[in-house]
Amino acid sequence: MTFQEISGRLQALFGDSVLEVKTEGVVDPYVKVAPAKVHEIALALRDEPDLRFDYLMCLSGVDHGRELLGAVYHLSSMARGHKLTMKTDLPASDPRVPTVSDIWPTANWHEREAWDMFGIVFMNHPDPRRILLPEDYPGHPLRKDFKVPEFYNGMKVPY
Amino acid sequence: MNGTAAPTIRTSTGRAIRTEEMVLNMGPQHPSTHGVLRLELVVDGEIIVDVIPHIGYLHRCFEKHCEAMTNYQQVIPYCDRMDYIASMNMDWAYALTAEKMLGIRVPERVEYIRVIMGELQRIASHLIALGTYGLDVGAFTPFLFMFRDREMILDLFEMTCGARLLYNYIWIGGVSHDLPPEFVPRAREFCRYFRPNIKEFNDLLTYNEIFIKRTANVGILPADVAISYACSGPMLRGSGVKWDLRKNDPYSIYDRFDWDVPVGKGEYGTVGDCWDRYMVRIREMEQSLNIIEQALDRIPEGDVMSAVPKRIRPAAGDVYVRSESPRGEIGFYIVSDGTGSPYRVKARSPAFVNLSVVPEISRGYMIADLVAIVGSVDIVLGEVDR
Amino acid sequence: MGLLDRQFNNSNVIITSLDDLLNWARLSSLWQMQFGLACCAIEMMAAAASHYDFDRFGVIPRATPRQSDVMIVAGTVTLKMASRIKRLYDQMSEPRYVISMGSCSNCGGPYWEHGYHVLKGVDRVIPVDVYVPGCPPRPEALMEGLIKLQEKIRRESLVKKSA
Repeated sequence: MTFQEISGRLQALFGDSVLEVKTEGVVDPYVKVAPAKVHEIALALRDEPDLRFDYLMCLSGVDHGRELLGAVYHLSSMARGHKLTMKTDLPASDPRVPTVSDIWPTANWHEREAWDMFGIVFMNHPDPRRILLPEDYPGHPLRKDFKVPEFYNGMKVPY
Repeated sequence: MNGTAAPTIRTSTGRAIRTEEMVLNMGPQHPSTHGVLRLELVVDGEIIVDVIPHIGYLHRCFEKHCEAMTNYQQVIPYCDRMDYIASMNMDWAYALTAEKMLGIRVPERVEYIRVIMGELQRIASHLIALGTYGLDVGAFTPFLFMFRDREMILDLFEMTCGARLLYNYIWIGGVSHDLPPEFVPRAREFCRYFRPNIKEFNDLLTYNEIFIKRTANVGILPADVAISYACSGPMLRGSGVKWDLRKNDPYSIYDRFDWDVPVGKGEYGTVGDCWDRYMVRIREMEQSLNIIEQALDRIPEGDVMSAVPKRIRPAAGDVYVRSESPRGEIGFYIVSDGTGSPYRVKARSPAFVNLSVVPEISRGYMIADLVAIVGSVDIVLGEVDR
Repeated sequence: MGLLDRQFNNSNVIITSLDDLLNWARLSSLWQMQFGLACCAIEMMAAAASHYDFDRFGVIPRATPRQSDVMIVAGTVTLKMASRIKRLYDQMSEPRYVISMGSCSNCGGPYWEHGYHVLKGVDRVIPVDVYVPGCPPRPEALMEGLIKLQEKIRRESLVKKSA
């Protein structure tokens, strides 16, 4: 299916929750959805017979600046051979989005990393711990306003 | 040994012995964890009940460094250091993503050079993977033989770009140095020398009875579990799924060569066990030799640096491109804000994703089997932790 | 002090001969602790493999710190790993030596400027005897580092305290 058909299908199923469909002026077209509906849209993407997105390639967090975070989902279908990029924008003061780790188990570790690096909270995640940094590390490093701590457990961190 | 619970032990008078589970630590420093990986094991005697991997001991802030660089080309040495065993493929994946963003096409000669380097690197990476895998299960000799052959590949790389391990060779728009004149005859000689060595490895290790007993029917990964956990590379192909990004989502000039994609067939055990993944790697080395020989025959003349732009300033936007590294699907997601410095670079590393399936496939096996399972996933901690 | 006590407080022919014997024994069989962290570990493995053999110096890899003499810190030390390195160093029994291999464990390496999780040099947690520069150092460079360590051991003495 082409991107037009996929996005048209999503708009038909979910109407207003599909906030934006961008095809012009970008190398990779994408679909932007409302954060609260991410779980239902993801379930439809995996289970609809002509969509069948069974492979979550990558789940990244992004700091857009101006108090806006984001989560980007890159999906592909091994059965049908098409790809999709799905984005959602989150306010930096309350970045919460439902988890998709019950739909694609691989999202478990990707979401833990997004929490670790950006502070994005994934609701109903089975294991919301930091994955790369130590549990007591202060702050979320990949945010644009992150300051490197001077000392960590008695060790000097800057050069 | 095949995933059944431990039987109740009774004394001669019929009284059942009370057992309880232990939590053991296979710590960050361990000879068989292939780097600094910590596995927290919950065991019932020798049988594993649960495995909890702890990573992050080699988190080197790759993504923050990318944002601090003033030029897209300056990121390439950091990409090398992510998966240090397959640096050429890492550089190539990043260069592909940046080139897609900029919309540039590289010259023909550059494509051929990249394919030759990528496939030579695949052979070198599999040699380390298989050599250390043999070391994990107790065979020291294949390790020495495979390192001897790997030194020849490193000689070829050193002749071209001066470095043995971290090359900084594949740049955005081209490669940094042209091939020296003696590269093509030496590479052909290497292919001629290496092909019979694969049979030697098969005689030493692959069909060895002890190796088969340690790896067949161990760590069985069913195909649907592999797809839902987004496994890729030999992990996925060992479970019988014929999926290789060089054929299914083609990039560069791989469609011009005649080669095959090996999959696991369960010859000595079940489809998707450790032996199958090991065998897929051995067969992939053979197929890489085919590709290299065909590329060496057809490589054209030309300039290798003509497409390198002076100022790399992509339009604002983002792109995700994936390619096939020896461990699986390496993807780079680059977000640009229109300036010369990357805004956000996310590396989707195959070893990170493949490692997340280890708890699923190791319940019910013994601790020694876990060593074989982790070895068959072929992790590189630099890539897992970035 | 009596005559007999003074015999063993300063260097004399007995002490120096004993020094030579002990130092020769220690430097000829430096068992290394396999402590590969990152890319330098691959070059350390290549140094231990057949092309650049390490075994001819008497160096064999041991998995446990209790049985090893030298810890070659090969690779980047992160903040999460630093406390474990300290613990492993404490578990080694004396005489123990540390070779810091590669830029990352010398001074933080290419991650010195923006690494928020990288320890800028392993000498911030453990004392280092020899620094081997390179990114990664060639196996020959690591062997030169080992030979420098052997020279350092050769100069040690029972009477004079080493650093």
